[in-house]
Amino acid sequence: MPAKEFEARNPRYELMPFRFARIPGLPGEIVVVNEVREFHFLAESDFRRFCDHALSPHEEIFRDLRAKHFLLDEHAGSYWPYAVSQYRTRKGFITDGPALHILVVTLRCHHSCLYCQVSRQTTDMTAFDMSDETAAQAIDRIFESPGPDLKVEFQGGEPLLAFDRIRAIVDKIEQRNVSEGRQIEYVIATTLNDITAEQLEFCRAHRINLSTSIDGPEPLHNRNRARRGRDSFRRTVDGIYAARAVLGHDAVSALTTITRESLKEPEAIIDTYVALGFSSIFLRPLSPYGFARLTRDRIGYPVEEFMAFYHRAIRHLVKLNWSGTYLEETYTTFLLQHILTPFPTGYVDLRSPTGAALGALVYNYNGDVYASDEGRMLAEVGDHAFRLGRVTQTYGELIRSPQARALLEAGVAESLPGCCDCAFLPYCGADPVFHYAEQGALRGHRAKSPFCRKQMMLFQFLFRELRSQDSETMRVLSSWLARRPIRVHQGAVSGSPALAG
Amino acid sequence: MLPLQSRVTVYGTPREPVLKVLTLNEFLINRVEPRDCALWFDGSEALSASRALQDVSWGAIIDPKSGGSSLQLVSDQCVVSAPRVEGVIGPGDVIRVNERSHLVSVIYRRGSRNNSLLVTERCNSYCVMCSQPPIERDDGARVAELLRVISLIDSDEGVLGITGGEPTLLGDDLIRILSAAKAALPATRLHVLTNGRRFSETTFARQVAAVAHPGLQWAIPLYSDSPEVHDYVVQRHGAFAETLAGLMNLARYGQQIELRVVLQQATVRRLRQLAHFIARNLSFVDHVAWMGLEPMGFARPNWHEIWIEPEDYADPLADAIARLTDVRMATSIYNVPLCVLSERLRPFAAQSISDWKNSYVPECAGCALRNQCCGFFSSATRKYLPRNIRPIALERNVAGALHG
Repeated sequence: MPAKEFEARNPRYELMPFRFARIPGLPGEIVVVNEVREFHFLAESDFRRFCDHALSPHEEIFRDLRAKHFLLDEHAGSYWPYAVSQYRTRKGFITDGPALHILVVTLRCHHSCLYCQVSRQTTDMTAFDMSDETAAQAIDRIFESPGPDLKVEFQGGEPLLAFDRIRAIVDKIEQRNVSEGRQIEYVIATTLNDITAEQLEFCRAHRINLSTSIDGPEPLHNRNRARRGRDSFRRTVDGIYAARAVLGHDAVSALTTITRESLKEPEAIIDTYVALGFSSIFLRPLSPYGFARLTRDRIGYPVEEFMAFYHRAIRHLVKLNWSGTYLEETYTTFLLQHILTPFPTGYVDLRSPTGAALGALVYNYNGDVYASDEGRMLAEVGDHAFRLGRVTQTYGELIRSPQARALLEAGVAESLPGCCDCAFLPYCGADPVFHYAEQGALRGHRAKSPFCRKQMMLFQFLFRELRSQDSETMRVLSSWLARRPIRVHQGAVSGSPALAG
Repeated sequence: MLPLQSRVTVYGTPREPVLKVLTLNEFLINRVEPRDCALWFDGSEALSASRALQDVSWGAIIDPKSGGSSLQLVSDQCVVSAPRVEGVIGPGDVIRVNERSHLVSVIYRRGSRNNSLLVTERCNSYCVMCSQPPIERDDGARVAELLRVISLIDSDEGVLGITGGEPTLLGDDLIRILSAAKAALPATRLHVLTNGRRFSETTFARQVAAVAHPGLQWAIPLYSDSPEVHDYVVQRHGAFAETLAGLMNLARYGQQIELRVVLQQATVRRLRQLAHFIARNLSFVDHVAWMGLEPMGFARPNWHEIWIEPEDYADPLADAIARLTDVRMATSIYNVPLCVLSERLRPFAAQSISDWKNSYVPECAGCALRNQCCGFFSSATRKYLPRNIRPIALERNVAGALHG
């Protein structure tokens, strides 16, 4: 039978829900985005015909949009189950409950960082350590949460100063997990200063990963992260090498907090990561929480300045990646994964419903339980809006607390003014804690939200690159998604643009 | 290439039509019954010396060199002698002896990477490029024979194909075959070629999955992200809907899946979109194969309607592969020789053509990559070959690409 025997007979179609946007720099085009995170660029005139049900089933555009779940025709039965499955995958984190459990084992710290979000205590005040009893109750709460995969993160202060506590908690969790059978990942968020061989050996034995901070070149880092002796950088670097030697290269990751000083030198910050042999860098803008709020005038900056920094950073990263050094920017990679795959990243700030409480619980040293780390930091300056309750309460009580309820009511982006009709909503998150801290209201006001402004600019940048398909930048971004150096990924020989050198 | 059949001289009648070829030494350490065994006697073993062995009721005795004419005198034994093609039969093989037509067929060949069992010749599709057109024929006797064959295959065999026709048309008999394979060959990778349409029946999918052979993978063709194209290629209305529903069911029951896309005029037009559709909706599949045409069966009369030069689909294929590797999906190119693929695509090419239907052309003689190349289907006469076949000179960077 010839091909035309199999052509569609019925030109009628229904529209699936979608949102759309015009992107600066792409005149005459509209990007449509639907609930399963598929997107498609349409010429203005095609967009109108699509909406007017005027596309013909013989057109390629019709078939493109149908296969991306933008329209339903007589073949809807074939595609529909896959749309459902993509949506379920995207929102799958909801039924698993909080996967991230943060244990603040001590507030003691030898650093007094410019932007520190936690009230630090001097290193000998053990009154700011988590007690045995609190730790035991926190473990009960962790195992009451329903998910099969759990991540237990130790924070401080400097958690290494309370390493005995970490040791006892990990041992207890392991014992308990013999019967529970969960998949548990451990992380210690630490400066790595003065980490001992014995501590590293314990980390190795229990496959504990280490997450540290490197803010850039030595002078910048030491200015941001002050400690007695002014040698934070050297001590952290020593710690990184010592940890890699015992745990393996990939067990240590680092993130960088961007202060006003950092804005001047994205290249130098990135080069520091290259010199230290990292394959990823997380460029984190300063957050408006806790102590940072008070010092913001000194170290803060407007979103536009951050974005200028970001673009310079990306340009430098593109150059580095093309010259054979693989280094990815973590946040960009998260966004790309949201755009180009059906899978959620697990990153709690980019979730709707919000990752606060639903994705993470924070157990403070004193037995208070918070909906997020930022919520705990606000508490340190006297605002307990995100304290769900006490560690003595059950998981059920905590997750049903009025505070958690308030977060959820304001934490569904699909229902928020400014978010609900935004084309990029399916890739973004609600982040009510940020808006509470920044604007004093959980729902927030998107038109004036720096978070929203930053996200919009990031999405516009990424969609311009996606439109160009094989620009030098896009090929580097793709290689981050694939986690493969660009030259191997793209074939070794052909097609490398002049930049490859 | 070594054929799967040879003329022989058969004296007497084998005790079973399907036999396992074993040397005496191997027979002694194996658990094969003598009547299931074709004893490999090449003169180096002491058969003639041992009356006791002669008295054993062998399924048959293979006399590959036809040197032992005395064997013919051994009373009550079937002797298979003098295969016309040397090397067709060897120890470890499972063979079918047809004493009337003096033919031996090799059903399983030890050491080959390409053993496969043809479980039915019936099919519910009628693909435009089908290399093995379906035949409506009762499979009752075939299934009984297959169950015997499976019990005689080396238990340490690495990989075994199961093909048709359309294997799922066997219904419960397919479940019997897979269960037999699970019992006899639990460590073997089973590669079942199916159009997957019957797995749209949820109960059937569940029952087949319940066999739970640990190395079972379904190889299922998906020709387009559009039903118009897929159904045309398959020549059946509704096939796209059934295959997609079938894939969903197999995923639900945790089955391993390879998707297969045959590169032809109708499919290459939306290759990028198909890769995108797979990356988004079928990310549960374990592997995606992009396959060159085999000029057999319906492919020959339809050649003008299906053939497209590899250089004409090089760009969309490169994009399709990039789309999949970007999301870390495994993908390969089958049946396309390296010389007609761009250097960017060569690292994905596999040596995919079964040894018994594989050949090379004179141009291959001077090619540095011949040993890494799939070559050609031996059925491909000149008019079925791509343009621009040429030997590749090995340059440093090309070697790098292949090992990268």
